[in-house]
Amino acid sequence: MNEFFDILANPSFWVAVLRIATPLILGTLGVLLCERAGVLNLGIEGIMVAGAFTGWLAVYSGAPLWGGVAVAALTGALLGGLHAFLTVTLALSQHVSGLGLTLLATALSYYGYRVSFPKVNTPPTVQPFQEMSWLGIPVLAQQTPLTLLALGLVPLLGYLLYRTPVGLAVRMVGENPQAAEGQGVSVAAVRSGAIVAGSALMGVAGAFLTLSAFNAFFFNMVNGRGWICVALVVFASWRPGKALLGALLFAFFDALQLRLQQAGDALLPYQMYLMLPYVLSIVALVLVARKASYPQALMKPYRKGER
Amino acid sequence: MRLEKRSQSSRLALLLAPVGAVVFTLLVSALLVWWAGADVAQTYGLLLRGGFGSVFALSETFTRAIPLMLTGLAAAVAFRARLFNIGAEGQLYVGALAAVAVGGLHGGTGFDLPVPLLFGLMLLAAALAGALLLLGPALLKARLGVDEVVTTLLLNFIVLLLVSLMLDGPMKDPTAMGWPQSVALMGELELSKLVEQTRVHSGLLIAAALAVAVWMLMKYTVLGFDIRAVGANARAAAFAGVPVTRTVVLVAMLSGALAGLAGAIEVAGRTSYLTLDMSPGYGYSGIVIAMLAGLHPLGVVAASVFVAGVLVGADSMSRAIGVPTYIADVIVAASLISVLMATLLTQYRVRCK
Repeated sequence: MNEFFDILANPSFWVAVLRIATPLILGTLGVLLCERAGVLNLGIEGIMVAGAFTGWLAVYSGAPLWGGVAVAALTGALLGGLHAFLTVTLALSQHVSGLGLTLLATALSYYGYRVSFPKVNTPPTVQPFQEMSWLGIPVLAQQTPLTLLALGLVPLLGYLLYRTPVGLAVRMVGENPQAAEGQGVSVAAVRSGAIVAGSALMGVAGAFLTLSAFNAFFFNMVNGRGWICVALVVFASWRPGKALLGALLFAFFDALQLRLQQAGDALLPYQMYLMLPYVLSIVALVLVARKASYPQALMKPYRKGER
Repeated sequence: MRLEKRSQSSRLALLLAPVGAVVFTLLVSALLVWWAGADVAQTYGLLLRGGFGSVFALSETFTRAIPLMLTGLAAAVAFRARLFNIGAEGQLYVGALAAVAVGGLHGGTGFDLPVPLLFGLMLLAAALAGALLLLGPALLKARLGVDEVVTTLLLNFIVLLLVSLMLDGPMKDPTAMGWPQSVALMGELELSKLVEQTRVHSGLLIAAALAVAVWMLMKYTVLGFDIRAVGANARAAAFAGVPVTRTVVLVAMLSGALAGLAGAIEVAGRTSYLTLDMSPGYGYSGIVIAMLAGLHPLGVVAASVFVAGVLVGADSMSRAIGVPTYIADVIVAASLISVLMATLLTQYRVRCK
């Protein structure tokens, strides 16, 4: 038990929590924006891989770090555009096109990596974002600017969704597209815009992995983080503030299992600790299931003039 | 641009849709081959020859098609009832775990049962393991409305860690020099080879027979009718007296069992022991196969041979001229998206204003 408090008392633990939470915050906000507009985006896992790859590749080829982040966002936006075309314009199954997008984006990234670096054994590296040591706040000073960006986006998205006409339109097309259309809101345009913007955030979430958490691109580096974001949005009942809370809570357990794993006298095989994040995500989904208030039109394709 | 529903779609268009989608995909993927600096015609030629061009190539393709056929059937059955089972990868692995547990542990004594009985028991255990793994998400969906896509996806990661745990501990092969692999199945339980000096095994017959069985179940039985009714419109089906929850649960058991069998048959037919890299995403490819087949069980047989051929052909092409094998994954994933669009065109016509 003492060991447990030792872990919590160590500031480096909280640094790790915030670092693990950053891509989850970005990804969860991305999913949240798409789902608020009524579209499930299971492309997130693949978009994160693609963002991680293209962002890193841009920096590797000489672009500045923020240029890499912009490239990752653009990649996400492009893939989001494809998802919007499939699910909004063509009104295809959101489940299947999202999965297709994940498979495609992942395969394209791995293919691109192998074409660009045919025979490397150790992955080539870049100089990643540095800690913001100028920022005299403990824990936050040991993070990179991308974490600050993620934290800043939470109130920004909250403001956008609840205090602006654009946000109202987004929520409307997610709750009742027929009514929105009646008010003169173009459902297709708002939904597509939300998907593109949300997917750009997912791309940045991926770029955080290669440009901040690590300094290279690895296969399987996203490792289910995208799916966890999809679960976190349900847990957060589609609210940005709760999404931040959920991501932090999740990161807390993830950091804890890493520390417990390392603590010499680990009680259980290490795989049990690694399972914890995935198990927790399922538990979280089940716990909120009864009172989850899904956006009413989520996963319902909308074709103008068709019931 | 707007879409207008066709009053009826022609059978020919429905059959041609996947073919057109694949041709379209190959044309788009040609750009990627060209980007890699390879000759497009030569690359596709080598891919085709590597997948279908010789007895050896065909035998490898059919070997690869066996697990894909089963995961494809698992996806087709579940998707037909709108149960989005994305967990076939995990179900395949628990099936393999169960097969090894029955047919490999206990010092290879196999409970001193006669071989045919033990073989049946092994398949049953695998099917049951896969079915039970999907039962949880199906019940959560039916009872609490928890989206099954996320739960089945997350379970895939949990199962892979469980396999890793078992390979480190209870199922570890002590003679494997530290490689994470399980103890082997009893030799008597291995499936026989169909063609001498190739790897293609009698699991192919089991998989094809199951495809026919699933087709007949969907077409001629009450359960099959219920499954299609629930998939078409669950509320209308409930109103008409179809037991929706019961149907969803049965579909989940069937789908999970098929994926679990894929794992057992892979172990009994190809590897004879379980490793962490036994399946290079067969569970996920199964979804693509089911969609290419238009969720038709017999179409799954053809689609799985096609996908297997692309995967096997890409391996051999890549060895020859160095275009990364990931081109196969790109082709498979892009086929999924194109077939979705092609199927839509059979149901809707595009009107430009």
